[in-house]
Amino acid sequence: MSRLLPFFGFLLLVALFGFGIWWNTQHDPNEVPSPLINRPAPAFALPLLDDPTRTVSKASLLGKPYILNVFASWCIACGEEHPTLMAEGSQLGIPLIGYNYKDQPEDARAWLARHGNPYHMVIADLPGRTAIDFGVYGAPESFLVDAHGVIRYKHIGPFTPQIIATELKPAIAALQKEAP
Amino acid sequence: MTPELGQLALILALLLALTQSILPLLGAWRGNHALMAVARPAAAGQAVFVALAFGILAWAFMRFDFSVQYVADNSNLALPWYYRFAAVWGAHEGSLLLWILILNLWTVALAMFSQKLPEVFAARVLAVMGLIAVGFLAFTIFTSNPFGRLLPMPGDGADLNPVLQDPGMTMHPPMLYMGYVGFSVAFAFSIAALLGGELEQAWVRWARPWTNIAWGFLTFGIVAGSWWAYAELGWGGWWFWDPVENASFMPWLVGLALIHAQAVTEKRGSLRAWTILLSIFAFSLSLLGTFLVRSGVLTSVHAFASDPRRGVFILLFLTIVIGGSLLLYALRAPKVAHGKPFKVLSRETALLIGNLMFVVAAAMVLLGTLFPLIGDALSLGRISVGQPYFGLLFPLLMAPAVFLMPFGPFLRWGQGEPAVVKGVLLRVAIAAVACALVAAFLADAQPKAMLGTAAAVWVVVGVTLYAYKRWREHPRGRRFPAEMAGMLLAHLGVGIFIAGVLLSETLSVTTDVRMAPGETQHIGSYDFRFDGAHSLVGPNWHAEQGVVTVTRNGNPVAVMHPQKRTYLRGQVQTESAVKAGVMRDLYVALGEPMDAANVAGAWSLRLYYKPFIRWIWGGGLLMMLGGFTCAADKRFRLKRSAAMQPTTHVRNDELRPQETVA
Repeated sequence: MSRLLPFFGFLLLVALFGFGIWWNTQHDPNEVPSPLINRPAPAFALPLLDDPTRTVSKASLLGKPYILNVFASWCIACGEEHPTLMAEGSQLGIPLIGYNYKDQPEDARAWLARHGNPYHMVIADLPGRTAIDFGVYGAPESFLVDAHGVIRYKHIGPFTPQIIATELKPAIAALQKEAP
Repeated sequence: MTPELGQLALILALLLALTQSILPLLGAWRGNHALMAVARPAAAGQAVFVALAFGILAWAFMRFDFSVQYVADNSNLALPWYYRFAAVWGAHEGSLLLWILILNLWTVALAMFSQKLPEVFAARVLAVMGLIAVGFLAFTIFTSNPFGRLLPMPGDGADLNPVLQDPGMTMHPPMLYMGYVGFSVAFAFSIAALLGGELEQAWVRWARPWTNIAWGFLTFGIVAGSWWAYAELGWGGWWFWDPVENASFMPWLVGLALIHAQAVTEKRGSLRAWTILLSIFAFSLSLLGTFLVRSGVLTSVHAFASDPRRGVFILLFLTIVIGGSLLLYALRAPKVAHGKPFKVLSRETALLIGNLMFVVAAAMVLLGTLFPLIGDALSLGRISVGQPYFGLLFPLLMAPAVFLMPFGPFLRWGQGEPAVVKGVLLRVAIAAVACALVAAFLADAQPKAMLGTAAAVWVVVGVTLYAYKRWREHPRGRRFPAEMAGMLLAHLGVGIFIAGVLLSETLSVTTDVRMAPGETQHIGSYDFRFDGAHSLVGPNWHAEQGVVTVTRNGNPVAVMHPQKRTYLRGQVQTESAVKAGVMRDLYVALGEPMDAANVAGAWSLRLYYKPFIRWIWGGGLLMMLGGFTCAADKRFRLKRSAAMQPTTHVRNDELRPQETVA
């Protein structure tokens, strides 16, 4: 009988691992709760990609909610995400603002010209310093900012139609519900 | 077209692996020589096709073939060729391919050197190796194909994980896998023995060098990983009890136990069931390590893949391989105690205590690693245990083993002599206490420094006493056979390692400082002057590089260049500057510029003075060397006459003492 003990011990481990796999399908393991959620977005002032003489700041965007989508022409996953944004970006009901991250302006403009521009406007962060304040650690990454300038939702990685339907749209709907 | 050839090669390898596992097993069962003879050519053919697949993937990296998804994800035009080659195993799919390639290397070696083993036994061993290959090949082909295409083909790829862009780190996975996979040999032996119902001492003797070599590689892999963490992560630590480190450490501990248990079984015939069980454990933990890293069950900085489908596949595979072998063990393990009897005071007892400690320590590490998962399962919330748990329990569990180390070689098999033990005890104790007192005087009576010195001296003096005894009592040429020399080297390594750990921990000086160009910090007996930072561009990164000039009493010691690199994907990686020395390391890591707009201005810097830290890896390398040296012993080469006897006729009383049915 005692010779079966290692086997039973192993069965316990298998049960635990099976649970672990199931748990991971229920919870997103990449979901690092961002310390910025439900906190005011960091103050920023960044030039427009198309017109670097004009600057967009956090203050100038207050008053209505918007989505900040971090992208770059060098980022492969952004290319995967792009068709989704082209198809659905205009149907979100709030502005989709492109956040061009550590990218040469001419590269970014050429990229948007080639693949299409789903954005309401594009701001450029060539040195990537503001992105640090946002806690960006790679592109693509997206933030939903409400009318008071508070980050309400964050998504790391490319948007898919499914994620837009199950996560982003409900988050936008929740915002619009609480608006007076 | 070539990537598809790679995929085809993998499929052919899978078919050959199936042949290699099924036909010889059938042949061994039915006594069919032709079927058993299939094992060797099938193993060779499988190795050729896997090597071909590996070569095709490497070739795709060399040619920048970004139409292959894996190549596009893990390399780009700016990546130097040596890192493009290392990128073959830089992520999930390719590292599996490397795993399989190394398994094939071990299998081919086994096929070549097992000619003198009894036919049935060799066929079973090779079949078990084939079964393992079947699992991994199927996993690769069905869930993790490295040859998947990417359409449209991008103009440039992403980047190799910058973490892996370091010479130490490129060597880390192959060495680790050599160790992991090497334990499959001992495993295959045990399964073949269980299937056949007998474990001959001669076969254990033949299996020993394989285990020693595997363990040596694993040691080297762990040392390389630890060195890399120290040099790259920028805060001077060398071990973090991270789940992935633990995944490699558990098989190492059990492998250590296995090496010692095999010695007992081979020389005395005792502990047979225990040796078999440890062989199963060592390889199971290697598989488990792969599972933990690859399945995403434990999220960790290292976990690159977390696809539930992969997790389910590996779990299924683990259940079949480990569950099956443990069940086989329960049914077929030798039920009767074999071997020569031994008294309480004997080498067997000492080795057995050490063995238990290693296995309990491995279980402790496993428990700690799985704690977050257990917390989830029992709805206790996210719990994870770290340094406080491991750092307390591990030394406690290892203390008895270290205490016994000097006596092991002096104790005779069967029955040791109390007078000899007392003599050794007296000498090592006096030496340890004397050196601890000297250390107390030099290190301000810090208890850890005293303890470290005492433990290290305890071990080293024990080793030296035994080496001296051999020197005195044996004629030239027979003093230190390879097996003995290996043991002495490895034990010496343990002493050096202990000294390195405890002394560097107590005597290190660490400072986080803000330094403007021209400022000087005094640490230990060294002066660190910060000479400012400037920008630098590498093949696929740009960096800020600081210049720190170190002097001692006005004499120049080193000019150090710590970097903060930003790779193409935007990841930031610190490159610490290390001035290495036998007695101390000087270590500088660049923090953040005080003013982001002015990188030429003041920076935050981390400065370390770390005495004896190199002894940690030096000790590890000695242990590795010990393992390899042991394996070279001539005694382990199989003599045809002894092994060729059909197993059923071996009823040698020396090997299989009186069996009485309990």
